Amino acid sequence: MTSALFARTASKPRAGRPRDRVTLAAGCVVGLFVFLAVCGPLLVPHAPNAVDPLNVHAGPSATHLLGTDDSGRDLLSRLIAGTRASLAAPAVVIAVSTTLGTLLALVAAWFGGWLDRFVSGALDVVFGFPGLIMAVLVAAVFGAGLTAPVVALSIAYLPLITRVVRSAAIKERNLPYVSALQLLGAPTARIWLRHLLPNLGPLVLVQATIGFGYALLDVAAISFLGLGSQPPDPEWGLMVANGAPSILAGAPQQSLYAGLAILLVVVAFNLLGTGLSRRLLGEQA
Amino acid sequence: MRLRFVLTRLSLLVVTVLVSSLAIYGAMFLTPGDPATLLVGGSRDPDPAVLAQIHREYHLDDPFIQGYLHWLGNCLQGDFGKSLVYRDSVAGLIGTRAADTLALVTYAAVIVLVTGTVIGTVAALRGGRTETLVTTLTAGAMAVPTFVMAVLLIWLFAVQLPWFPVYGSGEGFAGTLKHLTLPAVALALTWIGYVAQVTRTAVRAELRSEHVETARSRGVPEHAVIRRHVLYNASGPVLAVSGVGIAGVIATAAVAEQAFGTGGLGSLMIEAASKQDMAVVQAVSLIFVVVFVVINTTVDLVSAALDPRVAQKGAR
Amino acid sequence: MSATPPLLRIDGLGIDLPLDGEPRPIVHRADVVIPEGAAVALVGESGSGKSLTARAVLGLLPAGARLHGDVAFAGESVAGMAPERLRRFRAGEVAMVFQDPRAHINPARSVGDFLIEGLTLTRGVRAADAVRKVTGILREVGIADAERRMRQRPHELSGGLLQRVMIAAALAAEPRLLLADEPTTALDVTTQEEVMAIIAEAREARGLALLFITHDLELAAAVCDRIVVMYAGSTVEELPAGHLRERAAHPYTRALLSSRPSVFEAGADLRSIPGRPLSGFEVPDGCAFSDRCPRVRDRCRSERPAPSAAGDSTAACHFPYTAPAEEAGCHA
Repeated sequence: MTSALFARTASKPRAGRPRDRVTLAAGCVVGLFVFLAVCGPLLVPHAPNAVDPLNVHAGPSATHLLGTDDSGRDLLSRLIAGTRASLAAPAVVIAVSTTLGTLLALVAAWFGGWLDRFVSGALDVVFGFPGLIMAVLVAAVFGAGLTAPVVALSIAYLPLITRVVRSAAIKERNLPYVSALQLLGAPTARIWLRHLLPNLGPLVLVQATIGFGYALLDVAAISFLGLGSQPPDPEWGLMVANGAPSILAGAPQQSLYAGLAILLVVVAFNLLGTGLSRRLLGEQA
Repeated sequence: MRLRFVLTRLSLLVVTVLVSSLAIYGAMFLTPGDPATLLVGGSRDPDPAVLAQIHREYHLDDPFIQGYLHWLGNCLQGDFGKSLVYRDSVAGLIGTRAADTLALVTYAAVIVLVTGTVIGTVAALRGGRTETLVTTLTAGAMAVPTFVMAVLLIWLFAVQLPWFPVYGSGEGFAGTLKHLTLPAVALALTWIGYVAQVTRTAVRAELRSEHVETARSRGVPEHAVIRRHVLYNASGPVLAVSGVGIAGVIATAAVAEQAFGTGGLGSLMIEAASKQDMAVVQAVSLIFVVVFVVINTTVDLVSAALDPRVAQKGAR
Repeated sequence: MSATPPLLRIDGLGIDLPLDGEPRPIVHRADVVIPEGAAVALVGESGSGKSLTARAVLGLLPAGARLHGDVAFAGESVAGMAPERLRRFRAGEVAMVFQDPRAHINPARSVGDFLIEGLTLTRGVRAADAVRKVTGILREVGIADAERRMRQRPHELSGGLLQRVMIAAALAAEPRLLLADEPTTALDVTTQEEVMAIIAEAREARGLALLFITHDLELAAAVCDRIVVMYAGSTVEELPAGHLRERAAHPYTRALLSSRPSVFEAGADLRSIPGRPLSGFEVPDGCAFSDRCPRVRDRCRSERPAPSAAGDSTAACHFPYTAPAEEAGCHA
């Protein structure tokens, strides 16, 4: 027909565009912190929990590059050593909520009907329950420690991942190739593993990456409140709380550096997630 | 507005509150030991006689569902049980602190709504550098967690520039306002960013929309185009995100209260949790969840009243 | 040459839009003349620049657009109008019917609100008077239960009804020129005919001039007096509607004619034009149509043809058809 026109005006994404460089930089920051989480304890200049009562609130020096905290502990060492605790808890949260959420989403999308409605309804209910409040409740039952935030946040993050994956899975499930495979007698498990999951993979990865930043922030907040990591752990949220009284004494470094570390990682994960989303899922977001 | 939509949303509210209360009550049975130890106030060695009394008072030996209904019934009548840690009725503990939280949350919510919608709208209407600046600043504000923001504000405005008091809640209205300013700002900043960004996007989308082109093509004066078509149409999403903002402020109030030492329901709940004073935690989390859900429902209903298409499509 | 200028004269209009930060020519050269009360069709494929040309008449171009040439309404340059004059011009002298009424009517406000807004806000007509007036026009365009419709929101009306509302809104302004940008494309086939009939009737009853933008040559010929064909940002041919079948001179016009399926010639080959249509900014140095033209010669690729008049028509082609079209629509 005469009206058919597909004037292509969109230019292809070129490598080395500023946005891609931002994503790359964010990826490098994330990589660096993951490396520190794995190898940190081998790299620290001082023992992270070694107190030095004669050298509290020290400023930066050759021996203590970032200075010391209220007990004279080396701040740089504590920040590096704390990477593991700060990243491990959100990693578990995201692993659990992503795995469970993807599975729930697939089941809901595949079987539809009342099962789908039940899953969506249940998730709406969970969504009405703020993660922080849930974490406090769990902490009251199990006592303070990382268990509470990990359990509570794994549940609180379920609706976020499940909703996104579910609507994508419904679209995918309604594509003609799925019915074709079913007609050909392909077993459901095979369709899921060989077709649905690989096609939803990029979306799940993007959601998990963005979610990681938020999970880290929430875990740190719970530790800040005293219900997560316990002293003398060098977890970052806890360090912000520990340093707070010293701020009034004119020694803000512990809180500031730990806060900065949290900020850096959260922003890096967020930028990496949006960059991945652009790359893997097309322009949007 | 469709009556069915209203009824659906209200029943979802009731179901959410019921299920949440079930979870709040049931959580205490997840403890490996005797749930009664949580009601005594954890850790210490409790007196068996006291434990037995708690078992009776909280119907812990009855079937689970009966115990739950007892608890829920009492809560609905304003009887949240007793805190053995604070040696006071839970309702009394809540009553004295609820006003503090209400003041903080209201203050923060006003800041969020006014600042967020105004700068979002201005950014979209002005465009250019203003928009870039606002986008950058709000993205920054959203990235800084409330507790880090709290620490930053204390350092900047209480130590470097001693403008505001840091701890406590002050006397009289002016005193309260002054004491609550830093906590409210710390609490508000994340959500200002959020509200501003959604407002900006919504106003932007309306500015570019075809119906605005129509209005301009008919010679409607620009101020009327902005007011009657752009802002009026953007009010739906702006309202929705304002609800999210208020709900968010409430959910994170505990962090600001704890960081600034202003007393309130949030810090009561956290203190109680660290002492494993379950009766208090249950009561306060139930209150938070109810407020949270009521706000979400209200926003949904008001959005539907503003834009009937929402109600037609039904709940999300 | 008459002393009084025509109602609308688009003269050598060019429009550049910023794409990826650089200005790109979307419209190269558009020439259209509409005398008072005449109906002219601007025909072209999507992307040919016809909608943008219509918006230029209203001075309604996207931000960053650059304009060459001139659009003059009754001798007055639209680009030269001060903001307040432009607003009155839009409010009372030209009215536009857009393609998609569902997008072009504010979905959050009532139909009545939309209808009277053009009168109350722009000309200070009292609301009650405006309501009386638009109610009458709604009846005229075939909406019987006007009072009820005016209380409804746009989503409660069908596409066809909504397009009638848009037409009624345009007529309520009592313009001298009606711009209709593919007013039936978003509608289903049976409604299309009704809506076209309403536009034609209203035009005749009021002696309105019409600029009808469409991709449908035959519909254009049925509704309008003269046809202007646009390709890749330039008007390539201008001729009386009655001459379209036999006397079209530009190869593109002929190709368009033969590619349209005709209900009267069932079984005839539907010939498509080889290649794909270009956007204005992709045009090479020579004739924009040279890549797809069956009569292309060397000169076409190097030298852009200028419009030249022959009898009652004008065509921009180095080698126009001169013999009457016999083969159009038949199998070759």
